Amino acid sequence: MTLGRRDVMKLAAGLLAAPAIARADAPRVLRFVPQANLSSLDAVAGTQYVVRNAALMVWETLYGVDSSFNPQPQMCEGHEVSDDFKTWSFRLRPGLTFHDGEAVTTRDVLASLQRWMVRDTMGQIIKSRLDALEAIDDRGFRFRLNKPFTKMLFALGKGNAPLPLIMPERIAKTDPFQLIKEYVGSGPMQFRTDEWVPGSRAVFELFQGYQPRAEPADWLAGGRRMNFDRIEWQILPDPATAGAALQNGEIDWWEQPIPDLVPLLKGNRDLVVDIADPLGNLGSLRMNHLHPPFNDPRARRALLMAVSQPDYMAAVCGGDDALWQPTASFFTPGTKLFTEDGGDLLKGPRNYEAAKKLLAEAGYNGEKVILMVATDIAITKAEGDVTADMLGKIGMNVDYQALDWGTVGARRSKKDPPGKGGWNIFHTWHAGADCINPAPYTALDAGGAKAWFGWPDSPAVEQGIVAWYDAADSAAETAAARAINRAAFDDVVYIPTGFFRQYQAWRHDLAGVVKAPFPVFWGVRKT
Amino acid sequence: MWRYAGRRVLATVPVMGFVALFVFSLLYFAPGDPAAIIAGDQASADDIARIRVSLGLDRPFLIRFGEWLWHVLNGDLGTSIFSNLPVVHLIGQRVEPTLSLMLLTLLLSVGVAVPLGVLAAARAGSWIDRLVMLFAVLGFSVPVFVVGYVLAYVFALQLEWLPVQGYTPIARGVLPWLRNLVLPVVSLGAIYIALIARITRAAMLEVLGQDYIRTARAKGLGLAPILFVHALKNASVPIVTVIGLGVALLIGGAVVTESVFAIPGIGRLVVDAILRRDYPVIQGVTLLFSVVYVLVNLLVDLTYSLLDPRIRQ
Repeated sequence: MTLGRRDVMKLAAGLLAAPAIARADAPRVLRFVPQANLSSLDAVAGTQYVVRNAALMVWETLYGVDSSFNPQPQMCEGHEVSDDFKTWSFRLRPGLTFHDGEAVTTRDVLASLQRWMVRDTMGQIIKSRLDALEAIDDRGFRFRLNKPFTKMLFALGKGNAPLPLIMPERIAKTDPFQLIKEYVGSGPMQFRTDEWVPGSRAVFELFQGYQPRAEPADWLAGGRRMNFDRIEWQILPDPATAGAALQNGEIDWWEQPIPDLVPLLKGNRDLVVDIADPLGNLGSLRMNHLHPPFNDPRARRALLMAVSQPDYMAAVCGGDDALWQPTASFFTPGTKLFTEDGGDLLKGPRNYEAAKKLLAEAGYNGEKVILMVATDIAITKAEGDVTADMLGKIGMNVDYQALDWGTVGARRSKKDPPGKGGWNIFHTWHAGADCINPAPYTALDAGGAKAWFGWPDSPAVEQGIVAWYDAADSAAETAAARAINRAAFDDVVYIPTGFFRQYQAWRHDLAGVVKAPFPVFWGVRKT
Repeated sequence: MWRYAGRRVLATVPVMGFVALFVFSLLYFAPGDPAAIIAGDQASADDIARIRVSLGLDRPFLIRFGEWLWHVLNGDLGTSIFSNLPVVHLIGQRVEPTLSLMLLTLLLSVGVAVPLGVLAAARAGSWIDRLVMLFAVLGFSVPVFVVGYVLAYVFALQLEWLPVQGYTPIARGVLPWLRNLVLPVVSLGAIYIALIARITRAAMLEVLGQDYIRTARAKGLGLAPILFVHALKNASVPIVTVIGLGVALLIGGAVVTESVFAIPGIGRLVVDAILRRDYPVIQGVTLLFSVVYVLVNLLVDLTYSLLDPRIRQ
């Protein structure tokens, strides 16, 4: 038999006209595009959101916060606490099993908590008050503290990395500053290391031994019932490709579509586009408090007078005004501790002349100000451009340094003077879920040399944070938050550039997608 | 011939050594820090410093280079700082997609461009020649990613004939494998077809003006034998040169194409590694690329000597 020219043409036509490309075929497989490449799974050693999101499927925590930020028992049956909040006793629920078939015991819990306490701010506070963390039996364990700690349950159930994930003892003994090499948890999905192609694909497979709690799921609380045998994360670095793949049915759910593509996706009847995280994000202009001109609070306040949040938010969100709102607060709008006390300088018309005057009073005389801008990230690029323009308006000599995020991430830790490899300003943003209270809020810390990049030193802010930790009731917590907000604006720990949300998008045949600070896979199903 | 080949192989050894030193130095002195990326945005400067120490990134240049070189000489390219997977394993996962993309592109490009170039030369000045040259100009001018987006829009989104993205290993069937590669190969091939077609036309025009071609015509030989048997062989040295040079172009183009079509190839591996400063992966892939490039050049040199015996002397 010979294959003629016409046969070849027919074959090619048949190939091209074959049925439309497999839609996300099997109903028990979910194809998900995460916000970034999943480079590791250790949400104790690292604090990247994408790592946290993957880890939440593979591992569990003892408690888990619900959508009202109330910690509920997850791996634990419950707890007992002494009247002085110094002794906390917990009991694991029965039947907990790791993916390797071993039972979860208090040995695993103690080792996991020890590792977490080295890395996490709340963990460090517990560790500093710890007399003993001890096993009672295979399912019971106890914290004995030398000082009351009222926020234990929140610490064990929070959704911010470093997470107190419970790992097998052999894995939990890994140096807290090194990434774990084995991904064995007790969560509803197990990680398929053999199918992992870093930078391209990560596969999670249903763990048959998982026994969800009886309560309905609510964020990290309740029963984590999975309706998929496999969840495939596809890393699509190009947003246009991800958008096309979603429209074409090659993927089911895209965690973070860029604003430019949202109108297109909203116009597609097969897709649903909605706010992903109601807690949104706080944009941040971060100054270096160690070196002139921003070692002088007057120079920092001058910027506070000149920053126009609408300009920043327009640049970040494009024309979608529904995505953002101005905020004169360091806390997440709509949450319990939100307050605008002390934030007046950030409100009203911007006063460039007054800002110039204040800069002059601070001794600024045209010296170069290094603005590090991570141009490979749309948000920081947009904010950097607005800042460069604003600094120009108040007469500052801007040295705009276009860098990638990897370089900004490394260079921002340098305390050297700006002229010797240091910096003056960089931009980032903080997830609203990290700004609900001082515990997960690293960026609010104002403890000088030990504070986050920029090293703000504000005893008043630090006092407020201590007061919040020691607050016995809600009223005391609110009072502490007000004091923190006032002090943080007084000393200008950083400048909030506005509150903004982002969208997520999914195929219409996907049901059960909820709004949360992280993608919640339990409860999602295909119809 | 064998002595010539042996000499050429030996000459590549210092080149590889230099590439290794150069790449290592570049990464050592380049800004960026994988520890900061592992630590994430919430980490403090102290955390980052401790992670740097645990990764051994605080050690002096010569110790780190010596250690890396020793491992490379023992066939170990190291382990990814992030995934903790061996670099050889990571490269192994990515070889098939990239090789498929490059080989199919090469096949398509040579298969289309050489006949087009020959045809344009044979009909120099005609509308066919102008059409081929217009295509060549377009192929050069339009960036790979633009071609990719347009093709994906038409053939994937509008006609729904082909997938937008992804890769299916050849082990799962030739047709699924081809379906995923059609659009990337055409996108990447456009510039390469343009390049080879232009060079083929120029080389053929020179050869077609020579006396022995006139003699062949005078003998009554048909156009096809004159073009493809007599002229093309003598015009092939510059064509082979540009195909060899084009492999470098392909490596660069594959990075973009793999990103646009989400093909899990070596190009994307190295881009991700650069963004995260995953030094062992960057070093391993760069070394691999340089080996490939040196080998392709060697192959081109050897082909010259086959096509033109004078070069061997």
